Amino acid sequence: MGMLGLPFLTRMKGFSAKIYVTEVTARLGQLMMEELVSMHMEFRQFYGPEGSSFPQWMSWEELELLPSALREVVLGKDGTELGAWVPLYSAADVTDCTQKFQTLRYAEETCYNGTLMIKAFSSGLEIGTCNWTINGPKRDVAFISNSIFLPAHAMKFDYRSLQSNDIVLYSDFSSLDAMENVEDDDGFSIPTTDSMSTLSTDNNNNNWEESVESLLYTDENLEEQEKLSYLCYCAIDSLKVGGSVLIPINRLGTLLQLLEQISASLESSTLKVPIYVISSIAEELLAYTNVIPEWLCKERQEKLFSGEPLFSHVELIKDKKLHVFPAVHSPKLLTNWQEPCIVFAPHWSLRLGPVVHFLRCWCGDPNSLLVLESRLDAELALLPFKPMAMKVLQCSFLSGIKLQKVQPLLKILQPKIVLLPEDLRQQTRFTNANSFSVIHYSENASIRIPSLKDSSELEIATDLALRFQWRNLKHENMNVTRLKGELSVYHGKQRLLSGSEQAKSSKIRPLLHWGSPDLEKLLNILSNIGINGSVEQCMGNVESEKACIVHVHEPKKALIEVGTSTIISAGDENLASKIFEAIDKVLEGI
Amino acid sequence: MAIDSLVLGAGQQVGKSCVVVSMNGKRIMFDCGMDMAYHDHRRYPDFSRISHSGDFDSALTCIVITHFHLDHIGALPYFTEVCGYSGPIYMTYPTKALAPLMLEDYRKVMVERRGEEEQFTSEHIVECMKKVIAVDLKQTVHVDKDLQIRAYYAGHVLGAAMFYAKVGDTAMVYTGDYNMTPDRHLGAAQIDRLQLDLLISESTYATTIRDSKYGREREFLKAVHKCVAGGGKVLIPTFALGRAQELCILLEDYWERMNLKIPIYFSSGLTMQANMYYKMLISWTSQKVKETYSTHNAFDFKHVLNFDRSMIAAPGPCVLFATPGWLSGGFSLEVFKQWAPSEMNLVTLPGYCAAGTIGHKLMSGKPTKIDLDKNTQLDVRCQIHQLSFSPHTDAKGIMDLVKFLSPKHVILVHGEKPKMATLKGRINSELGIPCDDPANNETVSISSTHYVKARASDTFIQSSLNPNFKFSKRISEDESGSWLKDRKFMPQLQVTDKRTAEGILIEEKNKKAKILHQDELLLMLGEKKHEVRFAYCCPINVSNLEETKSTSDNVLCTSDRCSWLQLLNNKLSGEISGGNIQDFGEHLQVESFDISVCLNDKCRYRIIDSQNKSEAVFFCCTWSVADEKLAWKIISIMENFDCESH
Repeated sequence: MGMLGLPFLTRMKGFSAKIYVTEVTARLGQLMMEELVSMHMEFRQFYGPEGSSFPQWMSWEELELLPSALREVVLGKDGTELGAWVPLYSAADVTDCTQKFQTLRYAEETCYNGTLMIKAFSSGLEIGTCNWTINGPKRDVAFISNSIFLPAHAMKFDYRSLQSNDIVLYSDFSSLDAMENVEDDDGFSIPTTDSMSTLSTDNNNNNWEESVESLLYTDENLEEQEKLSYLCYCAIDSLKVGGSVLIPINRLGTLLQLLEQISASLESSTLKVPIYVISSIAEELLAYTNVIPEWLCKERQEKLFSGEPLFSHVELIKDKKLHVFPAVHSPKLLTNWQEPCIVFAPHWSLRLGPVVHFLRCWCGDPNSLLVLESRLDAELALLPFKPMAMKVLQCSFLSGIKLQKVQPLLKILQPKIVLLPEDLRQQTRFTNANSFSVIHYSENASIRIPSLKDSSELEIATDLALRFQWRNLKHENMNVTRLKGELSVYHGKQRLLSGSEQAKSSKIRPLLHWGSPDLEKLLNILSNIGINGSVEQCMGNVESEKACIVHVHEPKKALIEVGTSTIISAGDENLASKIFEAIDKVLEGI
Repeated sequence: MAIDSLVLGAGQQVGKSCVVVSMNGKRIMFDCGMDMAYHDHRRYPDFSRISHSGDFDSALTCIVITHFHLDHIGALPYFTEVCGYSGPIYMTYPTKALAPLMLEDYRKVMVERRGEEEQFTSEHIVECMKKVIAVDLKQTVHVDKDLQIRAYYAGHVLGAAMFYAKVGDTAMVYTGDYNMTPDRHLGAAQIDRLQLDLLISESTYATTIRDSKYGREREFLKAVHKCVAGGGKVLIPTFALGRAQELCILLEDYWERMNLKIPIYFSSGLTMQANMYYKMLISWTSQKVKETYSTHNAFDFKHVLNFDRSMIAAPGPCVLFATPGWLSGGFSLEVFKQWAPSEMNLVTLPGYCAAGTIGHKLMSGKPTKIDLDKNTQLDVRCQIHQLSFSPHTDAKGIMDLVKFLSPKHVILVHGEKPKMATLKGRINSELGIPCDDPANNETVSISSTHYVKARASDTFIQSSLNPNFKFSKRISEDESGSWLKDRKFMPQLQVTDKRTAEGILIEEKNKKAKILHQDELLLMLGEKKHEVRFAYCCPINVSNLEETKSTSDNVLCTSDRCSWLQLLNNKLSGEISGGNIQDFGEHLQVESFDISVCLNDKCRYRIIDSQNKSEAVFFCCTWSVADEKLAWKIISIMENFDCESH
């Protein structure tokens, strides 16, 4: 669902970026986009204009004629209201979009531009969903989206792999939804400093980490199971009195679990009621979920190892308890149809897809049941179907990290900087004891994150390192050496390799000098190697600009000018070189 | 530092694969296979060489299994449950799913049919598999803080993988068995371009080059069709997994096309059960098979039926897949005994059968009699078809992979000694990569890569990334005569980017080594730069210069100074190759070497007294030490200028 808007972006002129996505998200996302497009097509066949054009009103010609003040009210500032309405993308846009995908598996390394290593780790929300880490020579960032610690179908939230990143960009907004909708939920309490302080007694202790972990794994799963069971219970109740159950398909995970739970409930209630899944992509979706064991939770993987199907829908279809049809008008559906029944169909908005048809049929039946996600504004969603005699059950399933788990999670991840949404500022108050600083971000505003390193890691090849000629600096007590090579950036690592041109001469002359030469010492050194001369002249208008000239007579004529800089003048290479060496000894250099 | 590879199996032979690699303090066992040709202690690798005390947990960091064939995994339950290794074991999802079937099948054959004492029990297999951590392709797995492993698709059988292992800066790949060309149900091996110190490769077909598979597949189908059309029975001895599914996909397809109704049987529930796994693991198969999963899973075989022992003697044609392959015992041998005497029947055998098996005997020559054991002899009148397609790479594939990865060293295993020697020679001579083919229980030691770590300042990195363009003129000989001509015809300009990273490495006590840009060093030390330069005022004979000047009357320069410099420029650009001479009008510059006409008669740098001062023009030159060599070269050119022109 996080990618249904993507074709809007990719169809824009000039879009050419690579899109990193997990293999499964790519496949499921493509299916969902295609389904949306096909439902939309169907909708237009019934209600839309003839031909392929979009309705006239969408170009907003009338609105453009309005006075500017009025126009801003209608279109919204920067066109965020009516002005943002655009026609849905086409099947071709979807294909174009998917061709830009660069698919990854969990924990697969991919490299962008030689410098950034990008990795995806399971987030547990759905099959194939992920959090990301981006590692570069200067920055390590972990991006956390909606995550579930112990999901019943997808692979669990792999938060350990997000450890040791400097920056955590936290963007799980699910707790905001939960705050609004579940006022009566007693399980909510804002983490207080007291409850945390008991945990943070010893940061280096493994026990500490374990106890934090146990907090993360508190029985979310059980809670979710109870919700599912209650839902099944209500469904069976309706079926018993001859009503049908309509469940709009929303999240894939919920669909898969409900199929299993409801069929099990039917089994135990001895009701013989067919289950229908009606969607253009259902057949492929269900087949696909059974061939991706690597992306599922441990319990499902165990099924692979014992040779059982990963999800029970495989058996249900075989036993003709579950029927999958692409559309309401499929001929096989008409011959097969039987009421009361359970129908899963898209779309959750109740405006598109087969669900509209069934809702029209059953909205007047007080025995039938409609199951809605509570995030949806039911009042608005059901407006076209009023008056409703049908029962409506609204339920919410866990869709992210619970608020009280944010702090323990961050403690385990140990970042230096945490970026939190502004909207969570009120809900999360962090103690000063935290080792990280918190920066709040908000929509459409960029923030600058302080740099954490002033230098980056570099690796030097051994053969290059072996050629180093160390010099000891007298007063600073440090060793220095000149370094020359080829800088290569490979998979986010900077390396200095010995270049193609090898250092030919073993003797490398210092190129940079500092300090002031001691003239007497210099003459001494020179005479030691058989170079003799006389100091001719000291001219100094200003004290600091003292300069002397040494006239060399032996072995040949030469001249040395010594001041704030030194000039060596000699008639042959050998002598000049010898004088240079002498100068080098009285200066510091590299 | 070194990488030590102890070859415990498949050294100069095809048999139990097992290599123990030590690098940077980590010790990894790649594969833990058994040799089917032996029934004594030689069937297992000599584990005592890993640890004399038998404390394998501390001796090994982890075990990596490449695929589910017994010669790669057969000794694993024995090693974990009997020898007591309890550390981590890694294999791909399909291998973890399918390996227990293979092992259990083998155990049954050993115990129930051959009546041997069992080496490990069913419980052992179950317990062993519990220790296994399943990995996905390309997933980077951190075994511990230092060791990373990663699986790459190898194509050989379902779930076969090559494994990459990295400790610190040292990295290697162990290929296991692989196939570089896609086949009916599997894709070709796929790996990233990695920086490797060592590649350990299989070499089953070290000298064979194979052509397209399709021709040989057709041959196989024709042979089968001919046999069943003539009312004969076809026996296909295979292991439950891999080859059975591949051939079955072939036959299914053919049966469909030819509309054949003759039954195809699988001898044991095992193969049927294996198909269940194949269906769930379809994403590990070839692209073609994968694409069809939603409408018809290719491993839902329509024509395949279960076989019953009572049907061995039943009349009528049929095709039977029976385990184990190689006719090494069990049910396939039982059926073979019954069907071999009839010339109507057909037995197909894979391209490779382990030495000592009946399959091996059948393939060497065309025997009419086979000794089953000391007392029994069997008449073999049936036809024998050798399947020449094999899921191993051929010599070209091995060479391609070695060339693609370009590791610093290659070790060959899993092959036949003479052929391996040939391939080793080729890798050495054609690719210039050192290569070894150690025998069992030998250790190969090679040096490993190591990087010295330092922190680098931003200025240094920036300066290293700046392009450093070198311009050089390519001047043909006839143009060198006149500098004007040069300008008119726009000599070809060659631009090369010789980026070099130059900086200064500083080591302080108790601090991490740091790399700075030259300019940053003085800042850090708080010192002022003291420049050291060379200077020399070089005389050039005027008369010669005048001579040259008068010959070229197109000189446009206003002053003598200028024209002399340009003459010199001409001369130098002809003599210095690659030197980049910049003309600033008043002076010339080559790197740090600066030349200008010196009019100061009392110039300090006129070190050498010229004999006839009046006829000389002096050029004052200064340079810094970096261009010492270049400077003296130019000076000698300048000094010789005057001599040569006489």
